[in-house]
Amino acid sequence: MTYPLPIIAEAMLNGLLTGAVYALVALGLTLVYGVLHIINFAHGALLTSAMFAVWAIHAFLGVDPYLAILPLTPLFFALGYGLQRYVIGPASHGDDGNILLVTLGLAIIIENGLLALFRSDTRSLATDYSFQVVELGPLLLSQARLYGFAGALAVTILLWLLLARTDIGKAIRAVAKEKLGAALVGIDVRHVYAVTFGIGCATLAIAACLLMPTFYVNPRVGGAFVLVAFTIVVLGGMGSIPGALAGGLVIGVVESLCGLFLGESLGQIGIFIIFILVLLFRPTGLFGARA
Amino acid sequence: MLEVAGLKAGYGGVEVLRGIDLAVGAGEIVAVLGSNGVGKTTLNKVLSGVLPASAGRIVFDGRELAGASPAAIVEAGLIHVPEGRKIFPNMNVRENLELGSYRRARPNRARNLERVFATFPRLRERVAQAAGTLSGGEQQMLAIGRGMMAEPRLLILDEPSLGLSPLLVEEMFALILRLNREGMPIMLVEQNVVQSLEIAARAYIVENGAVTLSGPAADIAANPDLKRAYLGL
Repeated sequence: MTYPLPIIAEAMLNGLLTGAVYALVALGLTLVYGVLHIINFAHGALLTSAMFAVWAIHAFLGVDPYLAILPLTPLFFALGYGLQRYVIGPASHGDDGNILLVTLGLAIIIENGLLALFRSDTRSLATDYSFQVVELGPLLLSQARLYGFAGALAVTILLWLLLARTDIGKAIRAVAKEKLGAALVGIDVRHVYAVTFGIGCATLAIAACLLMPTFYVNPRVGGAFVLVAFTIVVLGGMGSIPGALAGGLVIGVVESLCGLFLGESLGQIGIFIIFILVLLFRPTGLFGARA
Repeated sequence: MLEVAGLKAGYGGVEVLRGIDLAVGAGEIVAVLGSNGVGKTTLNKVLSGVLPASAGRIVFDGRELAGASPAAIVEAGLIHVPEGRKIFPNMNVRENLELGSYRRARPNRARNLERVFATFPRLRERVAQAAGTLSGGEQQMLAIGRGMMAEPRLLILDEPSLGLSPLLVEEMFALILRLNREGMPIMLVEQNVVQSLEIAARAYIVENGAVTLSGPAADIAANPDLKRAYLGL
């Protein structure tokens, strides 16, 4: 099958736009893994609840999804902080295996809670700009997806600056590699864990706000994203922030091109082929620390 | 300055410290000596709040510190430079030092950074290098420098000579003496009995989780039992 060049270019650009939001979802996953050394199984369920939150305050209060970033980011930070500090941390008794199970349990509770609250219907919200397009030469790009791309990029840069420049960011990086040393300079390790988990949840809230203008939500939608996000984390290197961004963009483009050439329903095949190839030939990922 | 009385601690059901009594006065270097496995590192973990004590008192500057969090202990100015350095390998030298003032003396960060660089010119040369790529001696300097950044009221050095070449060990002990002469009280926890006794004012010998011998360093160095046990004389 051959397509004219503009169509391929458009698919690639659309892939980049989607990929940036994928990267944003992967960011929280990779940060929590890098610092707490656990896979957060509740990541998808938390994304779903953020998406429902965006939908609900739009449906009932008429708040614009982009404006919803302002209340939802601190709210989800607080939620994540509380979950880690008062539920996941205490319930795991310091054993990583337990943390895994606790986050899995949380995922089940959240998903079923949402199912009870919102039923299994798929919902979306319509805004004025949901179907607006921007002309870029011969290419047509969705305006909302462009916003999503810009937002995801901005959050990644902000997070990188936070980790590189601020004291709390340095404390997070210190705890990631040397817990005892961190405690001995007076860093409260449990607080840093909770802040990290909170940041992970806050990025999900932003991702949800950027997604909802063009996407839908049902109680299981987060799972699909997390599967992709996990592939991104493995591709980029577990715990690496630039890895998550690069991985997200690559995965977005691959999914889009596979969708174009193999048909929409087979689009995700490329993602999982990459996943297997990375595991076979470069298990530390593109930006991963050498073992 | 620091007074420890009847301190007991252990892991699970195993008691490692069986009632430690010791004191460090203002301006002193006090050596806590003993071979591997007598409980020196456990003592330090309890003093820095990482491991809870099961009994006993830790009084620092008139404040009871047993049961306090590591952060509160750092805040009080009791700074522990751990065995094995425990620097942050993924961060550069400057960031490691900056984190030394995470909890305490943050307003004086720039001034103390200069002080550390004046004490360890090697660290200034390596300021942007990842700490994990430093040599063993440089890592030890960094660990001590990180401790200095918090303006310690008492500095606990745990095995600062471990893993260093004989020449560097010599240099490290000279440095510890110099820091002390500049006014810093130091509790030096070491296996290196001979060189520690040379610079310490007083010393405690720990065996099997309890102090078996204590007194002025010169007296201890002359003690016939100690000579037999540690120096093979």
